[in-house]
Amino acid sequence: MDRDELRRVQSGRLIETVERVYFNVPYYRHKMQERGLGPEKIHSIDDLSILPFTVKQDLRDNYPFGLFAVPMSEIVRIHASSGTTGKSTVVGYTRNDISTWSEVMARTLTAAGANRNDFIQIAYGYGLFTGGLGLHYGGEKIGASVIPISGGNTMRQIELMRDFGSTVLACTPSYALFLAEAIQESGISRDEFKLKAGVFGAEPWTENMRREIEEKLMIKAIDIYGLSEVIGPGVASECLCQEGLHINEDHFYPEIIDPETLEVLPEGSMGELVFTTLTKEGLPLIRYRTRDLTRLTREKCKCGRTLVRMSKCLGRSDDMLIIRGVNLFPSQVETVLLDMSGIKPHYLLIVDRVNNLDTLELKVEVDEAFFLDKISQLESLSKKLRDTLESALGLSIKVTLVEPKMIERSEGKSKRVIDKRKF
Amino acid sequence: MIIPQLSIFLENKSGRLTEVLEVLGKENIKITALTVADTSEFGILRLIVSDPEKAKSILKQHLFTVNLSEVISVMAPNEAKYYAKVLKVLSDLDISVEYTYAFSRGSKSIIILRCSNNDDAIKALKDHEMDLLNASELYKI
Repeated sequence: MDRDELRRVQSGRLIETVERVYFNVPYYRHKMQERGLGPEKIHSIDDLSILPFTVKQDLRDNYPFGLFAVPMSEIVRIHASSGTTGKSTVVGYTRNDISTWSEVMARTLTAAGANRNDFIQIAYGYGLFTGGLGLHYGGEKIGASVIPISGGNTMRQIELMRDFGSTVLACTPSYALFLAEAIQESGISRDEFKLKAGVFGAEPWTENMRREIEEKLMIKAIDIYGLSEVIGPGVASECLCQEGLHINEDHFYPEIIDPETLEVLPEGSMGELVFTTLTKEGLPLIRYRTRDLTRLTREKCKCGRTLVRMSKCLGRSDDMLIIRGVNLFPSQVETVLLDMSGIKPHYLLIVDRVNNLDTLELKVEVDEAFFLDKISQLESLSKKLRDTLESALGLSIKVTLVEPKMIERSEGKSKRVIDKRKF
Repeated sequence: MIIPQLSIFLENKSGRLTEVLEVLGKENIKITALTVADTSEFGILRLIVSDPEKAKSILKQHLFTVNLSEVISVMAPNEAKYYAKVLKVLSDLDISVEYTYAFSRGSKSIIILRCSNNDDAIKALKDHEMDLLNASELYKI
């Protein structure tokens, strides 16, 4: 499809999407009416910039189903995002949405070189997280043999990878490296595996990490991008040229904005990625701010695809951290600390990557009023804090009790996070 | 017979103990006894000093996490059997010892104890005619 034809398709779909949200989602109708906008103002994709933005908080404010544009009887699947502040963000899919999702995931896997002869080992988590099922439907769509092993249980992953002859691995890049090392340690020869490619996403990763995965597993490591609000994995993915991620822009229209001024930036500028869904029925989103920082290019790829490409996402325009694929806002930690006696809400989060796995440490001050000269009391305090945080965040965390002096005080913006990972 | 003891929360970091002692040293605080209980991540420094209230406020000013706790002290000949005897008096009455430490002066041991119930412990030790020390006696040693 040439770009002019694509633009006509995008324009037609945008007009339908705007009508759909205007007439079916009170939130969008009010927001547009406040600005004197109606569906009649939208004639083509060029009019997109007059529409208001949508942010994650809008989904939370309309928890759980307030932004859905169809009756619940049309919804066939519900997913929810991992570990976000307060209420999780809930997304719903109609039968057509599931079919679109399968289609874009089929494209993702095809671009990574997979076909019906492949065995795809899906080591993304299955469940409310969109990773597992997203890959699963795409894998079935291309006719591959899907192995829905889900995350964790490394020894079993290795055993089945060898015994079933998995050719494609799907998981987070950090888990891929972890698996690579576990395979080396197991002493099983690389010749016993048939793995040739991996599709990795759900967390930021560097080119160095890619090289390491490729060398250790002797595969092609493909970057994939997605977020549950937009659809899940399948929003964009690399081809075998590994020169940027092709965005499925016939379904998800990207813009790059300046996160401060909210102005749309010209092609090639680094800025915040914004998506408008063009075909979604269950949860259509207008100008959804992803907070991911990247740049776009419409230059034709060596592989022949004309779809717009985004560069690897390497930063965020908010304070959200992605740790082992789980979203974490420092405010979630703060909420737990404020509810707990024995410590003060002065804390520092330290994120690092040790042996290719993200680590999270919390340094927190002991409250003098509760400090009673007993080692056992401090140990149980630290354990209780760790357990509470782990269940609230869905992440393992190391808790270190520190002296008051160790955490810098400031009235305004204090530094709450040290991210030592290099992206 | 109750003796105030300073408990200071310390991270396991080199130089922290020195800092505490320097801060107290500048204000001429005298130390009668000192012990450190530690885990892999943190420690509790326990100090018996000449002016515990003053020492506490000095340390607070320097942002240490500090509190006053209560211990008792017994003087006994510095032979193991006497230490054992002190502990047996307590265990016979189901009074548990949370921690204890001791130092010697000549042929005498000065034993510091923190018990599950210090008042019961004092009574029991008195009943067995043990040589309990009060704070001012301890500071003079």
